[in-house]
Amino acid sequence: MEAARQTYAAGKVEDYLKQIGRVVVIEGKELAVFRTSGNEFYVLENRNPHPKGGPLAEGIVSGHYLYDPLYDWKIDLRTGEVQAPDKGQAAVYPVYIDGDTVVIGI
Amino acid sequence: MTSNREKLVLIGNGMAGVGTIEQILKLGGAYDITVFGSEPHPNYNRIMLSYVLEGSKTVDDIILNDWNWYKENGITLHTGTTVTRIDGESRKVIAENGLTADYDKVIIATGSNSFILPIPGSGKEGVVGFRDIADCEAMLKAAKQYRKAAVIGGGLLGLEAAKGLVNLGMDVTVVHLMEDLMERQLDHTAASMLKAELERQGVKFAMGKQTVELTGDERVSGLRFADGTELEAQFVVMAVGIKPNVALAKDSGIEVNRGIVVDDFLQTSLTDVYSVGECTEHRGICYGLVAPLFEQGTVLAKHLCDVEAKPYEGSVVSTKLKISGVDVFSAGEFIETPEHTVIAAKDDWKRTYKKILLKNNIIVGAVLFGDVTESASLQKLVKQGAEMTDDIYADVMGTGCCGGGGAKKTASVESMSDEEIVCGCNGVTKKAIVDAITDNGFTTVDEIKACTGATRSCGGCKPVVEQILQYVLGDGFEQSAKTGICGCTTLSRDEIVAEIRAKGLTTTKEVMNVLGWKQEEGCSKCRPAVNYYLGMIYPDTHEDEKESRFVNERMSANIQKDGTFTVVPRMYGGVTTPEDLKRIADVSIKYDVKVVKVTGGQRLDLIGIKKEDVPKVWEELDMPSGYAYAKSLRTVKTCVGSQFCRFGTQDSMGMGALLERKYERLDFPAKFKMAVNGCPRNCAESCTKDIGIVGNDGGWEVFIGGNGGIKPRIADSFCKVKTDEELVEICSAVMQYYRETGNYMERTSEWVERLGLDQIQSFILDNAEERKALAQRIDFALTQVKDPWKKMLNDGETRTALFEAAEIR
Repeated sequence: MEAARQTYAAGKVEDYLKQIGRVVVIEGKELAVFRTSGNEFYVLENRNPHPKGGPLAEGIVSGHYLYDPLYDWKIDLRTGEVQAPDKGQAAVYPVYIDGDTVVIGI
Repeated sequence: MTSNREKLVLIGNGMAGVGTIEQILKLGGAYDITVFGSEPHPNYNRIMLSYVLEGSKTVDDIILNDWNWYKENGITLHTGTTVTRIDGESRKVIAENGLTADYDKVIIATGSNSFILPIPGSGKEGVVGFRDIADCEAMLKAAKQYRKAAVIGGGLLGLEAAKGLVNLGMDVTVVHLMEDLMERQLDHTAASMLKAELERQGVKFAMGKQTVELTGDERVSGLRFADGTELEAQFVVMAVGIKPNVALAKDSGIEVNRGIVVDDFLQTSLTDVYSVGECTEHRGICYGLVAPLFEQGTVLAKHLCDVEAKPYEGSVVSTKLKISGVDVFSAGEFIETPEHTVIAAKDDWKRTYKKILLKNNIIVGAVLFGDVTESASLQKLVKQGAEMTDDIYADVMGTGCCGGGGAKKTASVESMSDEEIVCGCNGVTKKAIVDAITDNGFTTVDEIKACTGATRSCGGCKPVVEQILQYVLGDGFEQSAKTGICGCTTLSRDEIVAEIRAKGLTTTKEVMNVLGWKQEEGCSKCRPAVNYYLGMIYPDTHEDEKESRFVNERMSANIQKDGTFTVVPRMYGGVTTPEDLKRIADVSIKYDVKVVKVTGGQRLDLIGIKKEDVPKVWEELDMPSGYAYAKSLRTVKTCVGSQFCRFGTQDSMGMGALLERKYERLDFPAKFKMAVNGCPRNCAESCTKDIGIVGNDGGWEVFIGGNGGIKPRIADSFCKVKTDEELVEICSAVMQYYRETGNYMERTSEWVERLGLDQIQSFILDNAEERKALAQRIDFALTQVKDPWKKMLNDGETRTALFEAAEIR
């Protein structure tokens, strides 16, 4: 991942439920933010890599994997890579926690 | 991308060409790749067009390589661009629109076109072939506007097209020149059985008819035959055959016969120009089926990547008809001559037919109708040119009842070559499957499917994949044959439920931890299942896990493909009031609802609501949730009944509303639908409901296990009762028994078949004590449920986190 050009504070850690995604809109781009049961944060573009598109935020989170809400594709939250046998790539954005603030780079 | 790599140009963006490119990429071939395709789509699975027509798949579903795939692999793609010439002198490929591309190597994979009969009128509006998405779209459109269709050609493609059009509601006649359908794949007996079966399914036939003219003005209106008779049709599909698309090769000075002539390494007469697929003629044969295309592609890919490859020596073709509910298979030689020995078995009652042809005791061909379970083995045997033995006979003719069989099948897999394609739809070889098993320690077909794609599309190769698995695992197969509820565990539903009870496990996390789940936090299959089992076992103490619910149940609304949601409020027994309707109308207008749909369950569906508006819509509707999103009681459908209907013997609307109010909001293993009828006319269709109730003059009759959905099943009569109280008790007992014994996602139609109607009847009807205990348990569970919309509206924090975007500061 390239160094982020700009960072945004996207609320507090508690604003995000564990294992449930939430949408954040930054610079007109819809992102899906996920907080795992181990309190790690991951950010994907909220766009399903399936050819039919659709959102990702409502999927089921297991470890650092996401099962997408529409087509049940398994996506690695760390890399955005769709797991076999499906193929595809979701865009990944950098995120870190500063104190209790969620900071997203874009 | 560096420019010193060799440039490879593929002409034709279809299965054969792109399949070859995929193989090249897998082999690590270092080429700069450019693809030209005349269709505006990325590569799709042409053999699945019949499913698109049938309506069981959409165009998107059959895309094999989406736009991203080209991008990710650095492939330059020009769609909607037809190449007209290859200039061997300047080594350039030239397209119709002036676009050119330099090449070091070219693959021609232009496929074939529908052969349009050269008869008067064939250019009229309403006459199409059946080759591509555009044809498919034309057919879907025609079905909406016209009633009578004719399909010229009773071959594989023609029959699939005809069945598709019948499914779309058209009146379809198949016109065939010969007296037998699919005469190039089937013998007379199988063809007759096929015709009878398709007639049962609504297809009409005009056999032995030669079409000489298509009549009509601008648009076709009918067919005229050689015998002078006519047939009315406003839509005509020509499916008489395919014609290799060789214009480009011909214009480029490449040797062309019927197809583009190639040698055993798919090389054409022009240096560095190759050809694969339906446009290709190899040793005098043009293939029109998928398996040979992959076999050719594999040889060519290896050749182009300098991997040692055996020359392509031709393919044994086999055919399977892709029409739901009609199973036909043929391979090799199928018409007997005096030199053949024939093994045949025909069963007119089961409507099955099996024939195997031997020549000097070598298996040279086979035809199956009705039951095609042996198709995979027979295809192999024909391909190998296997000698008939007692064991093989017992195996494929099914007379050698027990023992032996399995081992013999494994033997045939053993002798299969590594490069043989097992899954024709996805081009997966035996070696790829064996490697997947040995490298990853797989023990199930599902794991193999997930990794390699084999069995994923039509599923026809599943028996062979199973055999390969058995062959690789040897003795390990039996003990690993047991599969759990998903890939995360080897435990069955019953074992999991027993462990939860025995060990007092209380959360999905605990269950997965203690029971040794492979993926620590489970997957989208097991997490919701375990959450359900916990709620069923501990109705009062289990804290429902929102994060383990599928999106619709978590949001209490149904997600649509664009990320908007639908809202369905309760309408008890399908009865509403003008006031409620007015409120629904006002809210729909205010929140810009895209469509108000009357559902199959007698209520209204407000479609296209933005996620952040969903709670507002609930608030302003101020009605209970209709649970249209849940594995729970959906609706109780009712007829008018004795309150108004002159035939009514029971108050169906009243009873329906009572039952819906009583059982709403409770979780079930799967969705649950009911119906109550006031008399045996059964206007509310009890026979397709999980519980269907039919009123009569002296009481009620209860039916269970009906289903009108994916696998229709007519409900079984369960019992008759006299009073309303008895009726409610029976419903309670059946529902709770299902809740306690059903597998997650298992509808009552499957549950009844699995447990057996007798068993359920004796458990509930013959034992008043059990029945009352079940009813008590469901009543207790029912005291715990709350309306989820109200609950969410009262929980501001969760509502914000679930439905609203986070704020940027």
